[in-house]
Amino acid sequence: MSRRSSVLRYVVLGAGALAFLFPFYYMVVGSLQESPDPTPAGAFPDPSNLTLDNYADIDGRIDLVQGLVNSGIFTGGVILGTVVFGVLAGYALAVLRWRGRGTTFALALLVQVVPFQLLMIPLYVLIARDYGLADSYLGMILPFAINSTAVIVFRAYFLQLPRELFDAAAVDGAGDLRTLWNVALPLVRPVLLTVVLITFIGPWNEFLWPFLITKDQSMQPLAVSLANYISNVAASAANPFGAVLAGAVVLAAPAVVLFIVFQRYFTSTNIDSGVKG
Amino acid sequence: MTVVDSGARAGGTSPPARHQKNARRQRARVLGRNPSGLLFSAPYLAYVLVVFAVPLGFAVWMSFHDYLFAAPGADVDRPFVGLDNYTDVLTDPDVRRSFVNIGIFLVINVPLTVVLSLVLATLLNQAVRARVFLRVAFYVPYVTASVAVVGVWLFLFSGNGLVNEVLGPLAPDPPWLINSFWAMPTIAFFVTWKQLGFYILLYLAALQNVPRELYEAAATDGAGRLRTFWSVTVPAVRPATVLVLLLSTIIGANLFTEPYLLTGGGGPNGASASPVLIMYQRGIEQGTPGVAAAIGVILVLLVLLVAWLQRRFVGGGES
Repeated sequence: MSRRSSVLRYVVLGAGALAFLFPFYYMVVGSLQESPDPTPAGAFPDPSNLTLDNYADIDGRIDLVQGLVNSGIFTGGVILGTVVFGVLAGYALAVLRWRGRGTTFALALLVQVVPFQLLMIPLYVLIARDYGLADSYLGMILPFAINSTAVIVFRAYFLQLPRELFDAAAVDGAGDLRTLWNVALPLVRPVLLTVVLITFIGPWNEFLWPFLITKDQSMQPLAVSLANYISNVAASAANPFGAVLAGAVVLAAPAVVLFIVFQRYFTSTNIDSGVKG
Repeated sequence: MTVVDSGARAGGTSPPARHQKNARRQRARVLGRNPSGLLFSAPYLAYVLVVFAVPLGFAVWMSFHDYLFAAPGADVDRPFVGLDNYTDVLTDPDVRRSFVNIGIFLVINVPLTVVLSLVLATLLNQAVRARVFLRVAFYVPYVTASVAVVGVWLFLFSGNGLVNEVLGPLAPDPPWLINSFWAMPTIAFFVTWKQLGFYILLYLAALQNVPRELYEAAATDGAGRLRTFWSVTVPAVRPATVLVLLLSTIIGANLFTEPYLLTGGGGPNGASASPVLIMYQRGIEQGTPGVAAAIGVILVLLVLLVAWLQRRFVGGGES
């Protein structure tokens, strides 16, 4: 029984893995085909039908490098804000004793309940119209610059550190900022990397907000310019699917590579503490 | 020698030092022992005020006013209109259709997500070989941009795409994404596939916390695999199930990118329009943000209602 059920288990898991990975394989194959071949045979690359023209084609319509740079600045800004302000607030909530600490923690929990769709329209009015930050990196970054989940995660990790460490540092006369930088941060380095990884997914893949706030193509992250290409101009290209898939490969590759290289830091235990605090 | 004097000497402090200490104690009473905590949290608190509290109040205010876009600095009359925006929204067939659509989406997406992610996580948890490969394979769609994978799905599910080629005469006509019956279910399958990896990781974490003794006891009682799954695993991960239900409902209610791109803006004939898509069209394309804000308020209230019902019937107050 045990052997048969073990085989069954791997059959189901293998079918799952195939269902998850096949579209990615098909994306790469489709991006290299000179003319799209939707028949089952088209899933196997035919050397005579392979070309890099689709990449040149999509690069001619939307500037891929500029798109990647914009995505990078947007993502980098969000990660920087999330980590710096998240560490500061998380440390204050976990280690320091100050008036308003309980209220601030309650606020961090409460804020997570407010869904983005309710804030979308007023944020657009405020940021794009009142503050005049349309078509700017700051306007893109602002709504995501600080993350309450990250604050709660950092708090949880700082709470696990032994209290004596901080008392000893205080006796040595170290200031709070120094203690945070020299004592606490080195001890939570693995979780720092996990937070950076999880934060990366959000802005790199975000579509709705940068789509609302950027009309100027030279400011658009790659996800937005590719989406505009899909919805507007795809019909006019020689091989629309090939060009779309080539753009998709360029957009997907950084995230996929990052998560394969650092898969060790994206484990279920880290996610668990990330979500439940 | 007076009593006060001896008290002072016993404390061992000279009057200026005592004065300093009092001042510190005074400050500690007002701001806490480490006032720098407030300083460290100030950016976060300012952010919550500017990006959450103000827009939240603004959204509710806007939904009760006839809000017009105007050039910055221009003084425009934005009259209070009471519940007009809400009655407009509730009598608008497009909006009602979008709420039905998101209901169809959630009825397919949420149960499918819970069942598939729990089954795959359970099997993965028991697997010995190729664990890392399988785990990475499962979460790759989750870490990839929707915009990127939408391209592949458009190709796969187009009229003469691979899916229809394989199905042959069984393929629906018109094809999936322009078929008014299949458009919304196809989007629901897409989102389930895209998000599943994240929920598998959540369940994996929960499964690792299930005490081994429970499984040993079930084995001693002679329970089979299915029976063990049903009476040990499922109840033991109930807090995670509550979380998966809640998150998939909230994420599902936010649906925008997929109908915007997969079905070309909620087509055919609004059969796959989501409330957030209608909010975008009404609020930004057509310049009636008051109406859009009213849709947002109604959507959030409905999500809260669904979340409350889930908590009531699935229970599990622990998570």
